[in-house]
Amino acid sequence: MSESNQSDKIIEFQNVTKSYGDHVVLDALDFSVRRGEKVTIIGPSGSGKSTVLRILMTLEDIQDGVIHVAGKPLWHEEKNGQLMPASEAHLRMMRKEMGMVFQQFNLFPHMTVMRNVTEAPRQVLGLSRDKAKKRALKYLDLVGMTEHADKFPSQLSGGQQQRVGIARALAMHPNILLFDEPTSALDPELVGEVLQVIEHLASQHDLTILLVTHEMQFARQISDRVCFFDQGKFVEEGRPEEIFTEPREERTKAFLSSFLGDH
Amino acid sequence: MKTGRYAGSTQQQARPGPSSELLPILIMDILTYSGHLLSGAWITVQLTLYSSVLGLFFAFVLGVGRVSDNPFVHGLSAGIIEFFRGTSLLVQLFWLYFALPMIGQTLGYDWRFPPMLVGTLALALNIGAYAAEVVRGAIQAVAPEQYEAAKALDFSPRQTMWRIIVPQAVPEMMPSLGNLAIQNLKDTALVSLISLADLAYKAEQLRNFTQDSTTIYSLLLLMYFGMALVVAGLMKLAERYACRWRAGGSV
Repeated sequence: MSESNQSDKIIEFQNVTKSYGDHVVLDALDFSVRRGEKVTIIGPSGSGKSTVLRILMTLEDIQDGVIHVAGKPLWHEEKNGQLMPASEAHLRMMRKEMGMVFQQFNLFPHMTVMRNVTEAPRQVLGLSRDKAKKRALKYLDLVGMTEHADKFPSQLSGGQQQRVGIARALAMHPNILLFDEPTSALDPELVGEVLQVIEHLASQHDLTILLVTHEMQFARQISDRVCFFDQGKFVEEGRPEEIFTEPREERTKAFLSSFLGDH
Repeated sequence: MKTGRYAGSTQQQARPGPSSELLPILIMDILTYSGHLLSGAWITVQLTLYSSVLGLFFAFVLGVGRVSDNPFVHGLSAGIIEFFRGTSLLVQLFWLYFALPMIGQTLGYDWRFPPMLVGTLALALNIGAYAAEVVRGAIQAVAPEQYEAAKALDFSPRQTMWRIIVPQAVPEMMPSLGNLAIQNLKDTALVSLISLADLAYKAEQLRNFTQDSTTIYSLLLLMYFGMALVVAGLMKLAERYACRWRAGGSV
């Protein structure tokens, strides 16, 4: 039983520590996500919950501990039975497992929507122009952006840009999709269209989703599990109805009540 | 061609005016000089074009090298940039044209190169060193999030630089590159000193022959100014193209 659980874990943090100077962002963190699981991380702003995603995407490194993604160490390589810091080649291989959707979209402003989605499949995966375009059209259709394929990002609304951002990440066929506050930078009226797309993705069984968000209602709808993160640790985690209706920890209660009070 | 010009001037001659005696002579002179100067102007145009294109190539190689993480590449680029910014173009020209062949002779090689090649190379290295700093600055102005987005899509560092970062930096560079292109056009006048028959050289030749400094130098000013206007116009077009993806069009 425990053996099968072990191999089922697509992401596993063991004793992971990260700090900026004296400020501890991740404090000996243990955390795991099963293949196909939809996990939401909630918590106060600035608590470092985005850092969990950024470390997975290899945008930031760790000081201590080990992370496994799809059974392989992320920030390390095994050499002669020992874990050594990962080479750039190893990191590039590991990144193929994951895709990321950013708070500020981070589309490539000098490329049309179509090129934003085809560039990485063509250059990184080596797809032909036709194949990449076909793949791009599939995902642009999924996010409802096909008709804007020839526009530049500056001609799109925030919600439209974020939907392109999602299509761009999907076109690389990641097993894990990381959403870093995907609607936080959007005007309220544009949040819905993006959440709708994410909700659709969440209905796919094989895709693992790790989502950092302040949209509590949405987290409740799509998550298999909700994790409350504060001061470098996961304070509490469980099924959405547990966390939102009967949180055990005082800090979770305080956060949720202040949050609900604010909104 | 020539007869056409003179035919034009005959019509002018008929026009009455206070300087009706002097004006036709002046126009005749201008037309005669212009024919001579235009052959030099053509050299100037060629030199400007070649050295700007080659200089742009140096600028991107050195500018990107300057922001490289590799300490050797970084150091080498910085060294080359500082060297060519820190020595005068005139001295670089003389060194390549007069000193290099001597060194070659000592070593048993023929290092005499045609003045057009030497002029192009010296101008390109000089303007390229200045433009490299423009390229570097524009690259450093690109948002760091763009590197993160590229990394998340698994682009290699080289792909990230040349496909994601540099193209975005181009609009930022354009106004400064436009200035440098005009600067480069004006700098070409120095190559007359290594016996390249450019516009300035032809003007000097003509002045020695006719002693008509006022007309010839005035014409020279106007011709350089005219060419500078053309360069400025072309750079404006290039800028508009480079900025086409920006929200408000140009910078």
